[in-house]
Amino acid sequence: MLNIHCPNCGITAEETEFHAHGEAHLKRFGPGSSDDQFESYLFMRKNPKGVHFERWRHQNGCGKWFHVARCTMTLEVFASYSAQTYAPPQEVLDIIENKRPGWNAQEDAT
Amino acid sequence: MSTRLATKGRLVDTSKPVSFTFNGKKLRGYAGDTLASALLANDQMLVGRSFKYHRPRGIVAAGPEEPNGLVNLGRDGRFEPNQRVTTTELFEGLEAASQNHWPSLEFDVGAINKHLSRFLPAGFYYKMFMYPRSFWKHVYEPIIRQSAGLGKAPKDRDVDTYEHFYAFCDVLVVGGGVAGLQAALTAGLAGARVILLEQTDHWGGRAPVDGGVIDGAPVDKFVEDILAKLESMENVTLRTRTMGAGVYDHGYALGYERLTDHAPHEGGPRHRLWRIRAAQIITATGAIERPLSFAGNDIPGVMLAASVRDFLINYGVSVGDRTVLVTNNDNAYLTAIALKNAGLDVPVILDARVLPEDRGLVAQAKALGIRVMMGHAISSVKGGKRVTGVTVCSQAGEGAVLEEIACDAVAMSGGWSPVVHLWSHCGGKLRWDTAHACFSPDVDNPPKGADGMAFVTTAGAASGTFALDDVLHDAHAAAEGVITCLDLKLPKDVVAPIAERREESPLAPVWMMPHGASAKLREKTWLDYQNDVKVSDVRLAAQEGFVSVEHAKRYTTLGMATDQGKLSNINGLATLAGALDAEIPTVGTTTFRPPYHPISLSAIAGEAKNHVFQPIRRTPIHDWNESNGAEFEPVGQWRRPYAYKRGSESTHDAVMREVKNTRERIGLLDASTLGKLIVKGPDAGKFLDMMYTNMMSTLKIGKCRYGLMCSENGFLIDDGVVARIDEDTWLCHTTTGGAETIHAHMEEWLQTEWWDWKVYVANVTEQYAQVAVVGPNARKALEKLGGMDVSKEALAFMDWADGELGGFKCRVYRISFSGELSYEIAVDASHGQAFWDALMAVGADLGVMPYGTECLHILRAEKGFIMMGDETDGTVIPQDLGLHWAISKKKEDFLGKRAQERSHMTDPNRWKLVGLETVDGSTLPDGAYALGEGTNENGQKNMIGRVTSTYHSPTLDRGIAMGLIHNGPDRMGEVIKFPGTDGKVYEAKVVDAVFYDKDGEKQNV
Repeated sequence: MLNIHCPNCGITAEETEFHAHGEAHLKRFGPGSSDDQFESYLFMRKNPKGVHFERWRHQNGCGKWFHVARCTMTLEVFASYSAQTYAPPQEVLDIIENKRPGWNAQEDAT
Repeated sequence: MSTRLATKGRLVDTSKPVSFTFNGKKLRGYAGDTLASALLANDQMLVGRSFKYHRPRGIVAAGPEEPNGLVNLGRDGRFEPNQRVTTTELFEGLEAASQNHWPSLEFDVGAINKHLSRFLPAGFYYKMFMYPRSFWKHVYEPIIRQSAGLGKAPKDRDVDTYEHFYAFCDVLVVGGGVAGLQAALTAGLAGARVILLEQTDHWGGRAPVDGGVIDGAPVDKFVEDILAKLESMENVTLRTRTMGAGVYDHGYALGYERLTDHAPHEGGPRHRLWRIRAAQIITATGAIERPLSFAGNDIPGVMLAASVRDFLINYGVSVGDRTVLVTNNDNAYLTAIALKNAGLDVPVILDARVLPEDRGLVAQAKALGIRVMMGHAISSVKGGKRVTGVTVCSQAGEGAVLEEIACDAVAMSGGWSPVVHLWSHCGGKLRWDTAHACFSPDVDNPPKGADGMAFVTTAGAASGTFALDDVLHDAHAAAEGVITCLDLKLPKDVVAPIAERREESPLAPVWMMPHGASAKLREKTWLDYQNDVKVSDVRLAAQEGFVSVEHAKRYTTLGMATDQGKLSNINGLATLAGALDAEIPTVGTTTFRPPYHPISLSAIAGEAKNHVFQPIRRTPIHDWNESNGAEFEPVGQWRRPYAYKRGSESTHDAVMREVKNTRERIGLLDASTLGKLIVKGPDAGKFLDMMYTNMMSTLKIGKCRYGLMCSENGFLIDDGVVARIDEDTWLCHTTTGGAETIHAHMEEWLQTEWWDWKVYVANVTEQYAQVAVVGPNARKALEKLGGMDVSKEALAFMDWADGELGGFKCRVYRISFSGELSYEIAVDASHGQAFWDALMAVGADLGVMPYGTECLHILRAEKGFIMMGDETDGTVIPQDLGLHWAISKKKEDFLGKRAQERSHMTDPNRWKLVGLETVDGSTLPDGAYALGEGTNENGQKNMIGRVTSTYHSPTLDRGIAMGLIHNGPDRMGEVIKFPGTDGKVYEAKVVDAVFYDKDGEKQNV
């Protein structure tokens, strides 16, 4: 069971206190978008084996949303950060680059 | 025969006799015995029958790896099947019964299967039960079901209690042998908070049995001293009878403590599940001895060499008078020496190795006068329900018998496999250790934690180090490594203890005995005793193409028994490797999954059973409902009255009465469970326009509007009445089940998409009690209460107002889910019951009756109102339900708008909502399908729709229903067939979904 840190209330707690909600930093496509854009927004997910940016909610805690950067293969957690951002902050990318040099070559950060 | 010796066992107290029963027979043991040692002391070697062939099965091992000794334990509320005799501590009055036999253990009819074994090879089930197809259901399955399974399922409710414990530590040490004790001491001395778990009731593991000298003292003394040290340390927690059951992500581990299994009458919780978060975990879980693969190795009396030694030294029990030892390593000689020293006969040691010189234990055995035959093996074991002898052959040959030796027990040792389970549970990799012929932890690929660093270290035999001195050094080193990870420091003078070394000759891997065993011998050579998997089965699997170890396991059921292959796995995959002519490491192992050893489901459930399993939410009027005949139905975590029964009336009659009364006089509904979300802020209107398909920003203060909510995928997720409270405040009603999810849904969009919008959402569902006052007399009742003006002029349909009624501060919504004159009135939750009482009092003369959810359903269905979860199922869009009027055409965007533009959503062929009226007035079966013309490609009748809601309407005195039907609105008047599961075919006419008061005259008064 993962240990997750909530950057909103500052608590590190067990996974069961949280709820994962899939890939982070999706760009919303609404009316006026093409079928491809809408399909990609609604359904197409990266599902990488490795570094992944995810949305989480502190469901049984403060109720707030946040983002987690973690490795889907080793379950290593790189960082938790604010949900109010369009892309991972530089300091999070630096942590990942430090631990997984060159990861970004295959994976698009956003 | 097996018996208790005069020599005292280490662990038993012969001054405390204990009586117990086995298959109803009264037997006697001593305090400190396991059920296994006590059975052996009573010459009860035969303990069960194997799964497939019903072969007689005896005790093989002394620990949790025991595959055969499974019994039904206890009775009634304490009955439990599949309990291992080797891990069951004896207590006064213990009742055990053997399993998987009929009519008796001694004489078993199913044993005829062994004569059919030629016809029951690996994959037998898959091959045999294919044809004829109709036989499966009526012939094969009933027979298999009757003969399958080992123990009996308990029939009574468990009378014991269970609990969970949460614990946190720097270092969790699993295993209380010398390695675990040493690791705990080293870590403890460095100041780490340590928890040390031991699965048995005693410390020291098997080192005291095997003997040796540590720091100049015997092992027993070492254990005593180190334990005293650990007990004096405040930062160390020691727990016996607690198994490290599993290691999970990020340092999470489960401990399984058996508190009263050994003393069921003591009271208190029976099992305790320890949920431990450890920064570092040291697994000092020891090793398990492997059987050897020779013909007849499953006959009762053939046991693991170290287990024979355990029974002898720990419990003073000899498993036989004449024990032949067969081995491929030095360690097993300890057994021969111990037996000889106990005055028992060891006619021969058959050692598969050919050694250049006699060293250490080999020399010692020979010096005791034991006959040692190097390079020799067992060709086959003689006997039925008990070993009577062995035939001897050369290990190198094909099994030609050189000699026959009489004996009543065989002690075998094929080497040792480290218990790597806990290391592997969370991803630790293994490497093949050629010298010891075993898989041991690959220290370069450990399980990694949240920080990407290793968090599991093995210690002692679990690392694949077996000599006592190496074990202690490895344990000390493991703790040192862990201490460094924790940024702690060891005091300078702390060093690993030193043990005396024994001279040892290397082991020789032996996977088949004799090496070139004939097919006939291989067919009698067991790998998995419990599941009856033989060497020939694994070879057959390989021959038939099941070359992956995971496939071969499932095809043959090797290692799938309750012992999960603790004895059989390595021998099985070595056999598979042999058959494939591959190296063992390339074949690999199957996956080790927790728990290490079965744990009780009750321990996993802990306290969470009965009313604690899930908390029940109660409305402020719940107690009144309960004492006034309410028959409850669960709605989410709430309990809502389905109907209020009076006297002896049936539920159906109660519902009919409630509907009639509400339509004709006045009904009260406890609507407190409805979700109530306050949405407030300068951008609240804009936000609600995105949330709802309707326009909410234009709603006037003092007005209500029915709103629909869709997911971004276009499907309906919730509905409810929205009220505009003031300039920047809206109150959104959700369905009962939707309060929390819709609140979360709103928060998700506010926090992750439109975080710059100034909106605040609060879930105030439980802050208010809400009562629907419904029916022609509703206004009269409120007027009798007195207070605010509730006239048509002051409070028109879809208005709301704050005010006072009967002295209660309230908010009144003039909304209707029934088609009647209706007020939904919210008061502070704390006033809910008093307000309800006041309404019941003023309503008494007006014919007031409370009504439940089924009445509510009928009232709404008569009006053609949809219900989330009935008319919707996650695939329905508002357009399917004819709710176009609730979808704003002016708004540029709302959740679901883009999705509803997709071609499938705009397809004219979608099923659409209509009313259904049975031709004969009966009630359609719920969920029934509407039949169309012709059949599909599978020969099934074509389906053109389904019933979504169906009731008997007492108002119309006939069955009414709603359904989603292909081109429904174009079929008005058409009669469609609906086959029921009762064999009847119902006919219903397609009609308008509004059955009652189409013009809404009743609510507009």
